[in-house]
Amino acid sequence: MKRRLAAFIDRLQDIGTLDDLQKLIAGLRSSYGTEHLVYHSVSSLGEQYAVLTYDARWVAQYVDNDYARIDPVVQGSLRRFHPVDWKQLDWTARRERDFLGEALEFGVGNQGYSVPIRGPNGQFAMFSVNDRASDRDWALFTEKYCADLILVGHYLNQKALEIERGSDVGPRHDLSPREIDVLSLLALGLNRAHAAESLAISEHTFRAYIETARQKLGAGNTLQAVARAVAAGYIRP
Amino acid sequence: MLRFLDSDALDREPDLRDSMFRDRACQFRDRLGWEVSVDATGHERDAYDDCAPLYVIWQGRDGRHAGSMRFLPTLGRTMLNDHFANLNGGRPLRHPRIWECTRFCIARDAGPETAALVMLGGAELGRGFGLSHAAGVFDARMVRIYHRLGWEPAVLGRAGCGAGAISLGLWAFGAPVADRLATRACLPPGQARRWFETAFGADRAPAHSPAPAPAPAPARALGRAV
Repeated sequence: MKRRLAAFIDRLQDIGTLDDLQKLIAGLRSSYGTEHLVYHSVSSLGEQYAVLTYDARWVAQYVDNDYARIDPVVQGSLRRFHPVDWKQLDWTARRERDFLGEALEFGVGNQGYSVPIRGPNGQFAMFSVNDRASDRDWALFTEKYCADLILVGHYLNQKALEIERGSDVGPRHDLSPREIDVLSLLALGLNRAHAAESLAISEHTFRAYIETARQKLGAGNTLQAVARAVAAGYIRP
Repeated sequence: MLRFLDSDALDREPDLRDSMFRDRACQFRDRLGWEVSVDATGHERDAYDDCAPLYVIWQGRDGRHAGSMRFLPTLGRTMLNDHFANLNGGRPLRHPRIWECTRFCIARDAGPETAALVMLGGAELGRGFGLSHAAGVFDARMVRIYHRLGWEPAVLGRAGCGAGAISLGLWAFGAPVADRLATRACLPPGQARRWFETAFGADRAPAHSPAPAPAPAPARALGRAV
């Protein structure tokens, strides 16, 4: 699971176009073994775009009918920030039920799980996983991969914004893998001796890695370095 | 019981909502003397209550609020980044798997285990959504409470000293913490998890919605294989 996520993040680094992103998301779908994956972004001006694996005819239908206005996944994600199972959304009204019926006809699965994503300046996106699993299997899947999905959605959104803007977002500190290891273990609450031991390096070397990481991050002390590494996304689950 | 409610869900339970905002006024304005704003109805609310937060609430047998806290994602607007960035070297703390926790409140007449129950709710939330940490700002009086509950934060920054010191902390989520808090709160293992699943789970229809039409029928239909 961690390897799959790490491989995805690595591949994401080299991507420069939405076409590449489309290929990446298709590959990701295969690796998770689900029916569909959908990244759907809505700007503050209401412009949308998506990278997804749905049937192109369904996408055209959705756009032509402006279904984002009634789609409970979109409307529900706008009102929440936490991940949500589609069964928790409100499908009671006739309009929503008809919409769902139509989606199912185009091969959209009956199970869904969406992570709302908030970007800068009112930008908003969702990352959804869709499948036909049984209720039980679906509950197991979402429990197992929820943490992954939050991160994948976040990184997809950053990449999509970067492609849109044509520039990189945020400063890079370029920590080395060893520096990241050291900070990750400290973030887990290990003391220096134990952490150094688990990396099979001396405590002296361990301290040297902390020091270089601290300087790169412009942090005043070790705890601050850990916090900044977490905030900058270096420390992964 | 433990309730996990976003703003919309909270608005469907006015008694629970109103008792929480009144208890917050009682704790933060009356007992702690903080400069918080309390409206004409006696509710302590701030701008972050309008940011669609998620509330973790321990609801007493009478249906009223007994204890609570409020969560917001650190990728959105947070009190921490708006007002306490100095505790993090002047930089915002932003991460998809770190949520901010604020307004930890216990009703005046709540039972002695309430603090543990609310903290357990927070721990269960993090475990359920696969989060890594909760971030929060706390003052010196809370240090002993976190210690007693057995869930202490890693301190990232501190300002001031003595009783007036305030700190920024990160609480690591994980199964051991949730289990420890459940023991402390005298709850059977797995109970808090079931409450979480009631709120967010995939194999249950939305529960505890006294509002009209919780509509289990289409929710079920959605889940069944077609």
